[in-house]
Amino acid sequence: MKLPIFMDNHSTTPLDPRVLEKMMPYLTTEFGNAASRNHAFGWHAEEASERARGQVGQLIGASGKEIVWTSGATESINLALKGAAEFYVDKGRHIVTVQTEHKAVLDTCKRLEKEGYEVTYLPVDKEGRISAAQVAAAMKPGTLLVSVMLANNEVGVVHPVEEIGQVVKEKGAIFHVDAVQGVGKVPFSVDDAKADLVSLSGHKIYGPKGVGALYVRRKPRVRISPIIDGGGHERGMRSGTLNVPGIVGFGEAAELARLEFKEESARLLRLRSRLHERISSRLPETYINGSLEHRLPGNLNISFAYVEGEGLLMALKDVAVSSGSACTSASLEPSYVLRALGIGEELAHTSIRFGIGRFNTEEEVDYVADLVVGKVQRLRELSPLWEMAQEGIDLKSINWAQAH
Amino acid sequence: MIYLDHNATTRPHPEVIKEMARATEIFGNPSSPHGAGRRARQVVEQARAQVAGLLGVASEEIVFCSGGTEGDQLAIVGGARAERQKSGRHGIVSSPLEHPAVKGSLELLEREGFAVRRVGVAGDGTIDPEELSRALDGSTALVTLAAANHELGNRYSIAEFAARAHAVGALFHSDLVQAAGKVPLDLSEVDLATLSAHKIYGPKGMGALFVRRGIEIAPLTPAGHQERGRRPGTENVMGIVGLGAACALLQREGPAWAKSISLLRDRLEQSILAISGARRFGGSDRVPGTCNVGFRGITGEVIMQNLDLSDVAVSTGAACTSGSLEPSPVIRALGFPREEAAEAVRFSLGWANTEAEIDVVVAALGEIVRRLRQLDLGKVRYQ
Repeated sequence: MKLPIFMDNHSTTPLDPRVLEKMMPYLTTEFGNAASRNHAFGWHAEEASERARGQVGQLIGASGKEIVWTSGATESINLALKGAAEFYVDKGRHIVTVQTEHKAVLDTCKRLEKEGYEVTYLPVDKEGRISAAQVAAAMKPGTLLVSVMLANNEVGVVHPVEEIGQVVKEKGAIFHVDAVQGVGKVPFSVDDAKADLVSLSGHKIYGPKGVGALYVRRKPRVRISPIIDGGGHERGMRSGTLNVPGIVGFGEAAELARLEFKEESARLLRLRSRLHERISSRLPETYINGSLEHRLPGNLNISFAYVEGEGLLMALKDVAVSSGSACTSASLEPSYVLRALGIGEELAHTSIRFGIGRFNTEEEVDYVADLVVGKVQRLRELSPLWEMAQEGIDLKSINWAQAH
Repeated sequence: MIYLDHNATTRPHPEVIKEMARATEIFGNPSSPHGAGRRARQVVEQARAQVAGLLGVASEEIVFCSGGTEGDQLAIVGGARAERQKSGRHGIVSSPLEHPAVKGSLELLEREGFAVRRVGVAGDGTIDPEELSRALDGSTALVTLAAANHELGNRYSIAEFAARAHAVGALFHSDLVQAAGKVPLDLSEVDLATLSAHKIYGPKGMGALFVRRGIEIAPLTPAGHQERGRRPGTENVMGIVGLGAACALLQREGPAWAKSISLLRDRLEQSILAISGARRFGGSDRVPGTCNVGFRGITGEVIMQNLDLSDVAVSTGAACTSGSLEPSPVIRALGFPREEAAEAVRFSLGWANTEAEIDVVVAALGEIVRRLRQLDLGKVRYQ
């Protein structure tokens, strides 16, 4: 077993060697500009891009013609939300989304609010989920767009997007699904979810960074206004020379995810359960955040009461895990996702996100479990709070000298 | 196959590939605080210094993005919006020779109520700074002019343009995509500039924006803390490493390549101009590798197709507009009628091209033109 162990596969994933192998020719001999219609270098690049379009489409049950290449999921999400909000502004100015969405969605929504749109942020239940009934209740005649993630990036909770899509379409709004974390890990098809727009990322499914896709439904045709204009690539929806090696890598990663989905999900679930079991059977007062039933197979988000999450992270050197989303890791605020689940600030500060991925082994899981148990026990021994709690003192009853 | 379409894209240099291959091991998310993330952050910052080194600017003035098109848009749209918010200025000045990426940004700004003026250009594509000054006034928010034209290869004195823009208090942006690494650039007066990796032997899907310290741009896409809030999204670490390596490579080899590529281009051009009915489009002060020519009475399209059959890759204009059958808007803007503009063929050379290749191309071209003239084919026909 090699150290350090990477168990933070929600932040990013290692490039699968099979993906890299498929990318290499397009970095070297097949280097054409896919927009060069006048020579073989260009044609080969375009063919490769079209093949990858099919592969990514197939992963979500769509046609390659419905795939628009972008530079990553953040751009896809921006393009989807802003593009649809602008194009369908005649339908109304109301958008429905969820409090626990990724920052890319929430920040785009905030920007749209500044531009005069009204956004409803649905609260989640204790399990971290929303229901189709909640979405239905929040929608009104002016609702133009509903955006819900397939699976949450921190707690791995999977939303019932198929039921949600049903009500969104009944009420005639556009349905965007941020499928970045869920696709390839839980079943998802654009038709079952009745999705109009779906955002995808290459580097979360063992493909390269710097490439993403937006699914844009063709039947019935969904339209979006572009963010990046000039050159008219991607049928005018996204201009710029195509990142052919990245696209080829994303295509291959999507194909591998589709072909190996069942086996891999089962394996990840086994490893996750093992990690869970090995930690919670040996440590009291650990709490799983979010639904265990409706959850990504590789995700485990645990709060270790009385242990500072950042301190535990430091103690777990040689193991890359996280205390929240990488995209908010610069902040010391407790995770807004955990807060939305109703988890108190104290406990939220003690949480660790484990993201088990394709290249993690049982041996690594055991190592990590043992390490976590040992470190938590040690940190608790040093903690006066833990000691008091063990003595049966109700910490809430204490009047601290210095309030903060 | 002889590749003479380097202005469309270039083959990544082996040194770039080597660095990128090494970077595949560094897969962490640069925003993650753990070791894997920190290693990724480290190589991202190293590459930022390499890009800054090529441009002679400070690292913190470099913003990574997905390519030239996005970079142009971030600078032009982001710069103009921020300027309007600050000063209420709503005028944009550019030229009719700009790349589609710049044009797209200008059209977007026009839809937002900005007034776009395009300075007049001479028949050889040169831009008189006096013409620029005449287009400027107190309402000008931003001026955008490329440092080198993508079709003609003409190079422009961006320091002079920038000074003119500053004289009326406007921002100055330059698209450096075709100029960076090929000619020395003086960015001392420039506020915003755009770079693309795949035009300088780096990877596709990767670009950078220079934002002078103190200059504000409104981000196109909110969300994210990356790139100091100016460009969100998980960094394309491998692409960034590739761009950095390409910049380091050009800083080292650029001057020598410029000399050898110039010689090859001149050899090609002199031989072409010796063919009957041949002429050159564009000025005499150009970046090293570009040569845009036309053969009277023969469309560039036909020349290009025939060269393709001889395994020579060239182009009739920007790859970004190559789907269209319209003659090049750049050549049209020089004042040529459609028929003559449609004659343009662009040859663009790179460091790996050889004298032997040029001689093969010249021979093939002579034969193609002779045959077409004999058969009276390839005439430009427009209704």
